[in-house]
Amino acid sequence: MEQNIFQYDFIIKGLLGALFASITAGFAGTYIVSRRMVFLSGGITHASFGGIGIGYFIGINPVLGAAIFGIFSALGVEYLSSRQKIREDSAIGILWAFGMAIGIIFIYLTPGYSPNLMSYLFGSILTVSLADITALGVMSVVLILYFIIFYRTILYISFDESYARTYSSYVDIFKYITTSLIALTIVLNIRMAGVVLVLSLLTIPPNIAMIFTRVYLRIVLWSVVAGFVGTATGYAISYFAGLPVGATIIFTLVIIWVIVKSFSLISLRIKEMNKSRKR
Amino acid sequence: MARLFEMNSLSVSYGGDPVLENVNFYVEENDFIGVIGPNGGGKTTLLKVILGLLEPISGKLAFNNKLLNSRSIGYLPQISTGDLNYPVTVMDVILSGLMIRKSTLSRMSSGDKKKAFSVIDELGIRDLANTSLNELSGGQLQRVFLGRALIGDPRLLLLDEPGNFVDSTFENDFYEKLKDLNSRMAILMVSHDVGTISQHIKSFACVNRSLHYHPSHEITNDDLFAYGCPIQLIAHGVVPHTVLKIHQ
Repeated sequence: MEQNIFQYDFIIKGLLGALFASITAGFAGTYIVSRRMVFLSGGITHASFGGIGIGYFIGINPVLGAAIFGIFSALGVEYLSSRQKIREDSAIGILWAFGMAIGIIFIYLTPGYSPNLMSYLFGSILTVSLADITALGVMSVVLILYFIIFYRTILYISFDESYARTYSSYVDIFKYITTSLIALTIVLNIRMAGVVLVLSLLTIPPNIAMIFTRVYLRIVLWSVVAGFVGTATGYAISYFAGLPVGATIIFTLVIIWVIVKSFSLISLRIKEMNKSRKR
Repeated sequence: MARLFEMNSLSVSYGGDPVLENVNFYVEENDFIGVIGPNGGGKTTLLKVILGLLEPISGKLAFNNKLLNSRSIGYLPQISTGDLNYPVTVMDVILSGLMIRKSTLSRMSSGDKKKAFSVIDELGIRDLANTSLNELSGGQLQRVFLGRALIGDPRLLLLDEPGNFVDSTFENDFYEKLKDLNSRMAILMVSHDVGTISQHIKSFACVNRSLHYHPSHEITNDDLFAYGCPIQLIAHGVVPHTVLKIHQ
């Protein structure tokens, strides 16, 4: 009986986690992939590890520390790159390593061994609490509302920023808000996939979606679907095969991408052959 | 003819030496001005000032409020500004030209979409309405971005090196289109190609830090003082050509 309740709880937690992770990652991922901010997002992710380390050290919730670090590094890089006086990729590279270094130093300084360290690096559904899932759920609602309300504004600013400046004085504000929401999304998903793997949770689903469509909103929708299928399947596989969950999810997503991409290439080839035959 | 705007002893700088210095300039209703001059001479900067993206360090720009405000300017930037691989459709790009009249919160109404279709039809790109930008040729892209500039019914159209989009075979169509548009709006077209420029252009502004405005076709000796070295123009007799007055 107890076993059943435990399993039930585990499955619900897994499914809800997968759903909210896919929604948040679908919105955030489509934004970063189409704005070519994948490397920047990698920087934010790893910088936030510094926040996790400091969180451990001073005894606050490490996710809170990561959120603060993530948002500030995101705003910092956006600001610096808008000044154009710094090489953006170098700045991100430095931030990336610096965050990891701070994280490791502070975790080392924290008295006693931290058993959860691995779960932050590679993700673990076992350590995902109800509070984490709730946070992801709230984040999903926030992102859905934000993108519905400001859809055209966000789309046009990220497509052609300099043109947007000719009619709007809110370009920078929107960039900073959106980037902060992306940073928060990344941090909240670290629990699911870990610092090392979370970026693929954001980038693989939109790339699967873009095989079918080039319309922004549809990319978001398909990303959420692809993300959910990949995450839920990966989660199930990891459960039954006893594999680490974050790694299994990413592995599943990549396999889905490979399969879908191959099918689309083959069908394209068949269409071309039919065309040339008609001639 | 009434003036849309006037610039009086206007200077602009990006922090160092002025890029434009002591510029006096005006645009009349239905004028078609070719802005020519060397690269880095301040042509795009001139457009940025008119668009309100740059504040002059001295002097002023005054709009004739009865005829022109910041919402009635259409702008076709150089091709490089937008990300052509961005997942956005032709319809979306053209609708974005309406943002100039909308708040960040507003949605596109069915009237807006109708308007977009009328622009799309005018430019002859109806079949491309739902096509993604990365599938378009240079000539098609040029039309899409022109559509974005036109959807707000501008009184003044600013074009920044529109010839960069296409090879010369498409260019003729484009200039014919501009000639049509010129009956509805004034056009200010930047071109770095000083050798040839559309014959529909009515007047010239030569920009190289300073600005020399030639209000209508003039015939005197030479114009190329602004380039800082003596240059001779070569043209065969049948090619229509314009020789501008020497800059003072």
